[in-house]
Amino acid sequence: MKNLTASYSPHLHTKESLEKIMWLVFISLIPSGMAGVLIFGMRALWVIFLGIISAIATEALIQLMAKKKVAISDGSAALTGLLLSYNLPVSSPWWLTVTGSFIAVAIGKQIFGGLGQNIFNPALVGRVFLMASWPKYMTNFTSPVNTQAWFKFSGYDAITAATPLTLIKEGKPLLGISYMDLFLGKHGGCIGEVCILAILAGALFLLIKKYISWHIPITYILTVAIFTWIFGPKGAFSGDWLFAILSGGLILGAFFMATDYVTSPLTRKGQLIFGVGCGVLTAVIRLWGGYPEGASYAILIMNATTPIIDRYTKNRIFGK
Amino acid sequence: MKINTKEFIKGLIKENPTFVLALGLCPTLAVSTSLSNGLGMGIAATFVLLGSNIIISLIKNLVPNKIRIPCYIVVIATFVTIAELTMKAYSPALNRALGIYVPLIVVNCIVLGRAEAYASKASLLNSILDALGMGLGFTLALLLISGIREILGSGTFFGHTLIKEYEPIFLFALPSGALLVIGLLMSFFNILKERKLKQ
Repeated sequence: MKNLTASYSPHLHTKESLEKIMWLVFISLIPSGMAGVLIFGMRALWVIFLGIISAIATEALIQLMAKKKVAISDGSAALTGLLLSYNLPVSSPWWLTVTGSFIAVAIGKQIFGGLGQNIFNPALVGRVFLMASWPKYMTNFTSPVNTQAWFKFSGYDAITAATPLTLIKEGKPLLGISYMDLFLGKHGGCIGEVCILAILAGALFLLIKKYISWHIPITYILTVAIFTWIFGPKGAFSGDWLFAILSGGLILGAFFMATDYVTSPLTRKGQLIFGVGCGVLTAVIRLWGGYPEGASYAILIMNATTPIIDRYTKNRIFGK
Repeated sequence: MKINTKEFIKGLIKENPTFVLALGLCPTLAVSTSLSNGLGMGIAATFVLLGSNIIISLIKNLVPNKIRIPCYIVVIATFVTIAELTMKAYSPALNRALGIYVPLIVVNCIVLGRAEAYASKASLLNSILDALGMGLGFTLALLLISGIREILGSGTFFGHTLIKEYEPIFLFALPSGALLVIGLLMSFFNILKERKLKQ
């Protein structure tokens, strides 16, 4: 009888598990990866594969070294590697991808004590590390394969193309990139961030299945839209808000990175604050910062504020 | 007189000013971009530390307790001025590279910390040993950090290119790289300490 213990209520059981959620998020990201491969060619698949494999290898290596249980099957390392490779240009050399995955898992996650302990989104830590270290390779974007088909005849393998946000930053014309092109991803950019349609398909699945809530992504995207609209180039309320939403890594970041369970606030109110903060920072960096895109920095900065947001938006305990 | 080697050894690892006491991190972060900068800073700080520890140990009974900090600062500032003028005369390039961080040795917490916590209470010989140990510990820490940062961040060793094909990890040449390296080394020292405590 001594071994029988009654645990405290509520005696609820859920079929959800960490593994299941991680792999579902992984699956919901596959459409945008496929779109990336279609747009940029088979090399994109190689970059994604390398990112995932090196992230898993880093996780296993560190867990073996720390004499912890090797937990690569929970999918968190694979997801980090996938998200990191989505944030790389298709032309990135193999060592760039491997270093990024290593930094993401080792510095971004394991050094804090592994999954659930990290303060910052690991994939973004990897991306920002690469961005600061090798800006030359991280901004070497190529244009979609179908528009460069005729270049093959002239003996070039690929042509470089700046992202729409970079063109805007440098004050150059967009050269006929329509909103539809932005929505479908027919422009230069990172592998997984260009095709908004595919990202939204995956995000919708997660929203319907309630693995992510609308609070962070919607407030994030709306804030960027409103902020860009207000502070337009030709005075107040003249900004191109639709362009701001459809370009850069905003949609991917809003739905798949800002909603990371570990590094975002727990309460609904906190999530709204988090979303607005991300939006304001992204818009400020885009409009007045030194970089053309600020989504990754904005999310990382807001990650740092998550503990404070959580403390001040704590739900009232019933009866107190 | 017996030389107490413990006073010298403690500054190297057990009470290393950078990694264990976490003192003087400002110049450490700022000047550890290359090995020659780190070495120059280490030597300058060691010189100031030695000079101020000697003088303060000698005048410890003359200084009234209430104004001891201003007195220590005057002593330290004197040696910093000597160090800076010497550096300007014989190694102007290094002086330019270190910039404001040479005069800032005056407020370096290692120097004032050793004066306040050690030299004002200890004998002359022990103060000299303490200054040398702490100075050497600081210099070694600077060399370790700046070595990692220079090799990874610019692919050079004391200014000589190591591998031509190497693409330098530019982050390590930036201030964020300094914070990253110091943090990782500190955690490494903490692991060493924990291991030792367990034994």
